[in-house]
Amino acid sequence: MTSSMTMDRTTDAATGFLGTRPEGSRMTIMQSFSDLMHQRQERETHKRTRPVETEVVAKLDVRNLNFFYGEKQALFDVSMTIAERSVTAFIGPSGCGKSTFLRALNRMNDIIEGARHNGTVLLEGQEIYAPDVDVVALRKRVGMVFQKSTPFPKSIFDNVAYGPKIAGQRNRKALSEIVEQSLKRAALWDEVKDRLQDSALALSGGQQQRLCIARALATNPDVLLMDEPASALDPASTARIEDLIFELKQNYTIVIVTHNMQQAARISDRTAFFFQGYLIEVDATQKLFTTPTKKQTEDYITGKFG
Amino acid sequence: MSVPPKLQEPHLARRHRIGKAFEWLCCGSTWFGIVVLGVLLLSVGWKAMTWPAPKAKPAGSPTASTEAQQLSPPLSKKFFTNYHSRNPREAGLLSALWGSLWLTVLVALFSVPIGVGSAVYLEEYSIEGRLKRLIQLNLSNLAGVPSIVYALLGMTAFVKMFGLFHKDEEKTLVVNLLFTTVDVPLPFDRTLISGALTLTLLVLPTVIVASQEALRAVPSSIRIASYALGATQWQTIRHQVIPAAMPGIMTGVILALSRAIGEAAPLMLIGALTYVAYTPGDISNVSDIFKNPQGLLDAPFDKFTAIPLQIYQWINQPKAEYSHVAAAGIVVLLTILLLMNTAAILIRHRFQKQTRW
Repeated sequence: MTSSMTMDRTTDAATGFLGTRPEGSRMTIMQSFSDLMHQRQERETHKRTRPVETEVVAKLDVRNLNFFYGEKQALFDVSMTIAERSVTAFIGPSGCGKSTFLRALNRMNDIIEGARHNGTVLLEGQEIYAPDVDVVALRKRVGMVFQKSTPFPKSIFDNVAYGPKIAGQRNRKALSEIVEQSLKRAALWDEVKDRLQDSALALSGGQQQRLCIARALATNPDVLLMDEPASALDPASTARIEDLIFELKQNYTIVIVTHNMQQAARISDRTAFFFQGYLIEVDATQKLFTTPTKKQTEDYITGKFG
Repeated sequence: MSVPPKLQEPHLARRHRIGKAFEWLCCGSTWFGIVVLGVLLLSVGWKAMTWPAPKAKPAGSPTASTEAQQLSPPLSKKFFTNYHSRNPREAGLLSALWGSLWLTVLVALFSVPIGVGSAVYLEEYSIEGRLKRLIQLNLSNLAGVPSIVYALLGMTAFVKMFGLFHKDEEKTLVVNLLFTTVDVPLPFDRTLISGALTLTLLVLPTVIVASQEALRAVPSSIRIASYALGATQWQTIRHQVIPAAMPGIMTGVILALSRAIGEAAPLMLIGALTYVAYTPGDISNVSDIFKNPQGLLDAPFDKFTAIPLQIYQWINQPKAEYSHVAAAGIVVLLTILLLMNTAAILIRHRFQKQTRW
């Protein structure tokens, strides 16, 4: 039902029909994104992070990826590279394939019956779907945070220590060091340092989500995939998560799926727009939001559909 | 009461009467059960606490019973420390109590690994398909098979071992453990282990189905989160799924065990004895375990009796006093069952309070 509606709207978009929204408001939206970019640049200069798009070391390189759930094709010939130590945001309407694409990057789709693909996904030049790649090892390097925080029904400490523990770290002292490091990186340490043995389920929603980030960081991944990590959180918690993502990109390659375009504009270096299983456009965030080259992208970010 | 004429409807009073009558009928059905249960418990309880009124004794009969014995009711401390006796006032259920305890422990020991293992396989590993549906269907059917059918199977498989060992050449297999040996009779014959294995067959479908439900109740987000942290399937099951499902599994196991403990028919068929003047492995109190640890290994291969069987045997005795002894046995059995069910409820309750996903 929803998908058919979106499809109608695309057809409109393709034929250049501008819908009911007047041209003026489109300009205002573009302007507001432009303002966002300025705010961001100021913040980045202030934080002395390196400027956007100077380093183009490809961490992940996806070539001609097609993805199927049984008979249904979810991704069509997607190719893109994801730079090291950067934040890449995936935007697009529901069911556009952005989550599928994200999950293809650490083979979480393997769990789903009937999922298959063709094409290549290279992590530092190595095919992750190659037969000699162990998916367990891959997921240790490519961590993932989900939309709904899913703390294990265990203590805060055990939640964070779980990853290293199952990987074979038995040393109690080393474990508590990893836990402290991870919680600090996830900006949660100060809030929980006195109650590490308490149940993780007692934490607030925002804290739980940061705990899940800490838990993912504890396995020491190179890449962190985030599937709408802030969509279930209140604005204050969302702001904390966004700040955190900003900090984390110094050390990690971050890929984030978001429904919130302002969020994508605020935190990402590059943004990819997906629509109906196709990668429509991928570019530097600033460029994509201010001067998109594709009509569909423009229509989506100006709120014409989706 | 004066009702405005407009609100008068035909047969309204009658319809209300029918409704009221139905309510009373339902209430009556409920109370029927409660009253019957109450009468049963009271009469059994009363019987267990008193001896029948002494009949006029023929002169010259030995009146050995002293004042103290007269005073102690059938359900007394003595009842738990004595074996069955020809004198009803001396009869106790020591051997039956230990027999039932051993049965419970052994059934738990056999049915938990097999039951939970099957449930984990069916829920976590097996692929949806015809075979799984067939197994699932069989499981639900097996849970409803009468216990006497399992008893026949147990008789053939464990007591007689399909007649593999000829009657004349019954063997004893000496199993050499590192520090000691255990004599295992072949076939098992009418020993505890035959009874325990038969009861295991009986409760396995229940344990499997209960465990499956407990595993199914673990949200898949927990599994996915575990996989995302680089856990293997085994690690996910071991560290996340089974601990989360444990309270549900425990509840199912306890309820299944309480069914096993009350079963008489299968044990009777496989030929458990009713007059046993020793406890399995000669362990009749906790300190015996330390005095005679070898008894723990020998016990499963001893002949045995169990509480329901002992009750059945007492009821069949001609002496009137034995029915009071049987009542005492029933009180003990019901108390054990009640305690087990309470434990199951407490575990479930704690689980519900503790976990919010």
